[in-house]
Amino acid sequence: MEAFGLLLHGFAVLLTWKTLVLMMVGLVLGIFVGVLPGLGGPNGVAILLPLTFTMDPTSAIVMLSCIYWGALFGGAITSILFNIPGEAWSVATTFDGYPMAQQGRAAEALTAAFTSSFIGSLVAVLLITFLAPMISSFALKFGPPEFFAVYLLTFCSFVGLGREAKHKTVISMSLGLLLAGIGMDTVSGNLRMTFGSPELLRGINFLVAVIGLFGISEILLTMEERLALRGHAASISLRVVLGVWKDLPKYWATLLRSSFIGCWLGITPGGAIAASFMGYNLAKRFAKDPESFGKGRIEGVFAPETAAHASGTSALLPMLALGIPGSGTAAILLGGLMVWGLNPGPLLFVEHKDFVWGLIASMYLGNVVGLVLVLTTVPIFASILRVPFAAVAPMIVVSCAIGAYAIQNAMFDIWLMLGFGIVGYVFKKIGIPLAPFTLALVLGNRAEDAFRLSMIGSGGDLKVFWSNGLVGSITTLAIMLLFWPMIDGLLTRLGRRQRS
Amino acid sequence: MNALWPKQSMSQTELEIVVDDPTAPEDDSPSVVSSGTIEIVVCLLLLALAVTLGYDNWRTGASWDSTGPEPGYFPFYLSVILGGGSLYGLIVALLARHAASGTFVTRAQARRVMAVFVPTLLFCLVMQFLGLYVASFLLISGFMRFVGKIALWKSLLTALVFTAIMFVTFDVAFDVIMPKGPLEAAFGR
Repeated sequence: MEAFGLLLHGFAVLLTWKTLVLMMVGLVLGIFVGVLPGLGGPNGVAILLPLTFTMDPTSAIVMLSCIYWGALFGGAITSILFNIPGEAWSVATTFDGYPMAQQGRAAEALTAAFTSSFIGSLVAVLLITFLAPMISSFALKFGPPEFFAVYLLTFCSFVGLGREAKHKTVISMSLGLLLAGIGMDTVSGNLRMTFGSPELLRGINFLVAVIGLFGISEILLTMEERLALRGHAASISLRVVLGVWKDLPKYWATLLRSSFIGCWLGITPGGAIAASFMGYNLAKRFAKDPESFGKGRIEGVFAPETAAHASGTSALLPMLALGIPGSGTAAILLGGLMVWGLNPGPLLFVEHKDFVWGLIASMYLGNVVGLVLVLTTVPIFASILRVPFAAVAPMIVVSCAIGAYAIQNAMFDIWLMLGFGIVGYVFKKIGIPLAPFTLALVLGNRAEDAFRLSMIGSGGDLKVFWSNGLVGSITTLAIMLLFWPMIDGLLTRLGRRQRS
Repeated sequence: MNALWPKQSMSQTELEIVVDDPTAPEDDSPSVVSSGTIEIVVCLLLLALAVTLGYDNWRTGASWDSTGPEPGYFPFYLSVILGGGSLYGLIVALLARHAASGTFVTRAQARRVMAVFVPTLLFCLVMQFLGLYVASFLLISGFMRFVGKIALWKSLLTALVFTAIMFVTFDVAFDVIMPKGPLEAAFGR
């Protein structure tokens, strides 16, 4: 039980006043971000990242990850009380959460949501605690070809498994990889794609792009909607909380199933959104009376919330163990690691024990504290929605600008942010997914380095990606995933033609 | 009543939160441009970008030399993939042109989006000359007053308080220094 000892060490790192205060600040900011329209997990983390630039990496990651937990909790509040999902992954929570609120059972629904979030995260954190060190020690044996194969698998699974039109995922990903290559080439030192512009010499900073893509574009998109809202304000009493908790064992199958789905989709790039819908649909399918779903059934809150949080949390597993983020937010945290001077990858577990175990310990503590915090402060956070959006919108714009400028102290980045804001707005409206773009932008240079180092090692022979069983099977799997939809589509089309 | 969202009440019971949006975009507003058209434009732009970047990488060197792939090798093939993807997208969008394509943005929506985009653009411009804090004060107070039609004193106060909090948080507490334009000397930092 080496992990257990290290985890205790992590708690020791965590239990200082400064870290605990940062944790609380992070959670409150996170819930705030989750509740407000036009802000969400990824952009909240991206905008607040500059706050952490002068901190030591452990405090920084504790605060940022707490913002993330807070945002996950906050998303449920608006879904249940106002029927407005603060986040895409809380859409499924509205199906039964809002009807419950209409029936005057808002407190019950909120307690169910927060509790199941907590359970989902807890399962995922347990998984991270015991699995991540194993994976990372296994990955220490990886050379450049293995790493490139894993990157390839990540990229290909986005294309093959994504629900968007395939060519749009390909466009989004290749654009991200290309933009990542702008600036000085890390291997040869040559300049690439800078067209003589000194501003482009630095390259396009990943975080600036994210702030524009998610922050600015989200404001533009939010403005298009009708912003009127009508909902219930609820306060949660201890009696309701205990009542819901007493019934928890009845729903063990739903909770377990959703946790499993969430963890699986979080580690693979399926994401929290898919997980929440899948959790909901499966709970409905396994229920004896599926028609009662959508009319205010508490299981309809348990299922998607557990899955979304298990997924959101376990997305950090591949990030910690391999340096490959499982979600957009994890990608931003990865960007943070680089800013703080850490090198993401399996060596993190060896070289930065304090950091890794401090983070894992903060996941446990952050979720407990977060649960207590949301249960006691729901009315305050719900009333944030009374603040007119006309005041919130410019404040978000200012926060985005501060975030974008602070990363490299460059005025040019403000314009880049605005440009990416427009790109994000247009892409979202015509269905080009942003997650592969984000992932490609943060992983681009590492993937290219791995590729080139493999090529240099093998003397330019592509067979290096099949040189042993491990790398060979990862590469083959990646290519199969990439081409599967095409083959599948061709077969169906042929079949249809034959029939007609 | 032409206020943009400040109208709110705690009507009926104490347990209800109601926020109105009287200037919400009407549902029957005419379409400005269809999604299909935008898709064609985006694919053309991406194609142009792919050609430009592809050419630049080919110029840098996209083949193999004695040490391995040249600097332009990896991005060159990515440009090819991007070009292929956008060309495919262009053809799909052109073929679907005659089919009913969804609305990209209605006139009412465009008006609201512009109401936030134009001030943001001006904010970025003003920030270059007057620094972040002056620009943010102007943006928040101006947006609340003119777009949100919120009382002048409320707008000014909110802008002042928010800007002050940002200054204390970033410049003082966390040592993240922002550009201050002509105010630089006044703050002495």
